[in-house]
Amino acid sequence: MLSIKNLHAKIDDKDILNGINLEVKAGEVHAIMGPNGSGKSTLASVIAGKEEYEVTDGDIYINGESIEELSAEERAHKGIFLSFQYPVEIPGVSVTNFIKTAINETRKAKGEKEMPAKEMLKLLKDKSSLLEIDRKFLSRSINDGFSGGEKKRNEIFQMAMLEPSIAILDETDSGLDIDALRIVANGVNKLKSSKNAVILITHYQRLLDYIVPDYVHVLHNGKIVKSGTKELAIELEEKGYDWIKEEVKN
Amino acid sequence: MDLKEKLVSSFIAFENQVDIDSYVHDIRTEAIKSFEDSGFPTKKNEAWKYTSLKQVLEPDYSIFPRQNKALEYAKIEKYLIDDIDSYKIIFVDGKYSSHLSETTHEGMDICLMSSVLNKPKYASVIENYFNKAVKKNGISDLNTAFSKEGAFIHIPKNKYVEKPIQIIHFSSGNESSLMLQPRNLIIVDENSQLQIIERHQNLTENEVLTNSVTEIFVNPKSIVDYYKIQNDNKQASLIDTTSIVQERSSVCTLHTFSFGGKLTRNNLTFSQNGEHIESIMKGITIIEDKQHVDHNTLVHHIKPNCESHQDYKGIFDDKSTGVFNGTVVVEKEAQKTNAFQANNNVLLSDKASINTKPQLEIFADDVKCSHGCTIGQLDKNALFYLKSRGIPEKEAKALLMYGFANNVMQSVKIPELKKRITNIIANKLGVKIGFNL
Repeated sequence: MLSIKNLHAKIDDKDILNGINLEVKAGEVHAIMGPNGSGKSTLASVIAGKEEYEVTDGDIYINGESIEELSAEERAHKGIFLSFQYPVEIPGVSVTNFIKTAINETRKAKGEKEMPAKEMLKLLKDKSSLLEIDRKFLSRSINDGFSGGEKKRNEIFQMAMLEPSIAILDETDSGLDIDALRIVANGVNKLKSSKNAVILITHYQRLLDYIVPDYVHVLHNGKIVKSGTKELAIELEEKGYDWIKEEVKN
Repeated sequence: MDLKEKLVSSFIAFENQVDIDSYVHDIRTEAIKSFEDSGFPTKKNEAWKYTSLKQVLEPDYSIFPRQNKALEYAKIEKYLIDDIDSYKIIFVDGKYSSHLSETTHEGMDICLMSSVLNKPKYASVIENYFNKAVKKNGISDLNTAFSKEGAFIHIPKNKYVEKPIQIIHFSSGNESSLMLQPRNLIIVDENSQLQIIERHQNLTENEVLTNSVTEIFVNPKSIVDYYKIQNDNKQASLIDTTSIVQERSSVCTLHTFSFGGKLTRNNLTFSQNGEHIESIMKGITIIEDKQHVDHNTLVHHIKPNCESHQDYKGIFDDKSTGVFNGTVVVEKEAQKTNAFQANNNVLLSDKASINTKPQLEIFADDVKCSHGCTIGQLDKNALFYLKSRGIPEKEAKALLMYGFANNVMQSVKIPELKKRITNIIANKLGVKIGFNL
């Protein structure tokens, strides 16, 4: 489904990704862990198509097709979704209007008709209850004055509305209290299917108790230095990252 | 002969068209003398530093248009807010068009300046109000000298006027270049309520220069909402002077939507003559090409316990230029004044520019006054955020601009007008949007 081959990327002449290789198949959950500054968020941004990053080598494929030349919106139309670590506040645009525009622009790009108002309303209702979101929340400006937890819940709500095939959740667990974490994780688990894939970017094992990964990868200095199963995450939680750094050195 | 000379020498011809033995004509005579002394403002004048009229004054304008050209309703319908019941005062080339209009004298006067100027019945109203609000300067003097037509609205006390009034000035293109000088007088007596929508529209590519003056008197406890739609074509220039005098416990809100025209200059003044007055000014400017929009505002806080709020948003593309010059004067007696002013701008191109200059002159010592202006670009992170959700660049930018302008839209009280403005903005930005602001 998603295939990353020898991906190198830089920003402002600073190399951040130094040859990432990753294969993600439909129905899988991958966790990417790693110390601060290892390139986790950069990887997420590069997959989503943030223009500030320059891909210097390698490529990203979706279903065998290179997406290197595609804009962020075209990648979204192909089913990529990024849950932002720091969701952007956009005063003056309501969550509902934003979501409606996103859904209809995506449909338009696929040559489909706009979603009928009634259907949209039902979808908004269903998905907001899935994330335990108050309906009043939908008429507020995007992320404007939202608490950290509300912002993250709003991200997963958007994911629920857009039904992406590849969802990248960038530190979705940070800033969440235990109840919010449970709601968000529960939402993600319900959205997970054999047809889509989830990439979790996280510092901590905590989230992985709720969303169980099939694979765990450790990113260090812009490279995946170790891959394993969920047991690797537990080991990292206990021992920290230093032993991996040592292993890489040797 | 330049335009000033032409205007001054035309005054004698003008006198043949009006009653010269009248109170108003004495004022006109004085005004033409003042105009002759001062002429049109130049960039040497501090208030006109960033707006040059030079190019606008070049064409050989017709000052007295020929016979009224009859316009069909179908041709002008799209410029009206036609999905609401409203009074309409419509002018074509400066002349009243009765078949397009809907006026009244029943329980209130929603009619024409020309029909009241010389009627004895209205003599005292004219003497009490005409030319009493407007600040005298070359531009307003010129309008005063040639004032004979425009809207006249007088709402008696305790009257809630349910239907909004639309005042629209069309230019038919009958003249190759035309100068219009409408003069409006609006008086709202105690405890009444009124909504007005004003628009100037050039229907062809012939040049039009409009020098409009509107005086509004908001008497105690009255509420007035005034909306100016400035969405004209690139051959039309507008110098609009609107002077508002408010009495105690009144609320006046004025929205200016500046979306187009060759040159647009708004001189807007509020004078607060009593306590507990609220004056609210809101503006959205979205222009491109070489268009120019200048907002010059003055709020005069004279009495204690009053408020003023100014919120102007500007979006400038291509080589367009904007000016915001907002002055707030708080007199010594005006304690407990609360004056707020904001001017936020987005420049979409390297060649667009905005000059913004807030001025506070405070003589009282117990007041809350604030001002702030910002100039920036669209937020790149916000743009990426929207795009990452599948919204294409053009639509994403439009959405951000909507968001930017949205809090000004929220105070528009006529839903149909709000919808219309939203559509005008969408058209300007070249997007189709599936919701209303």
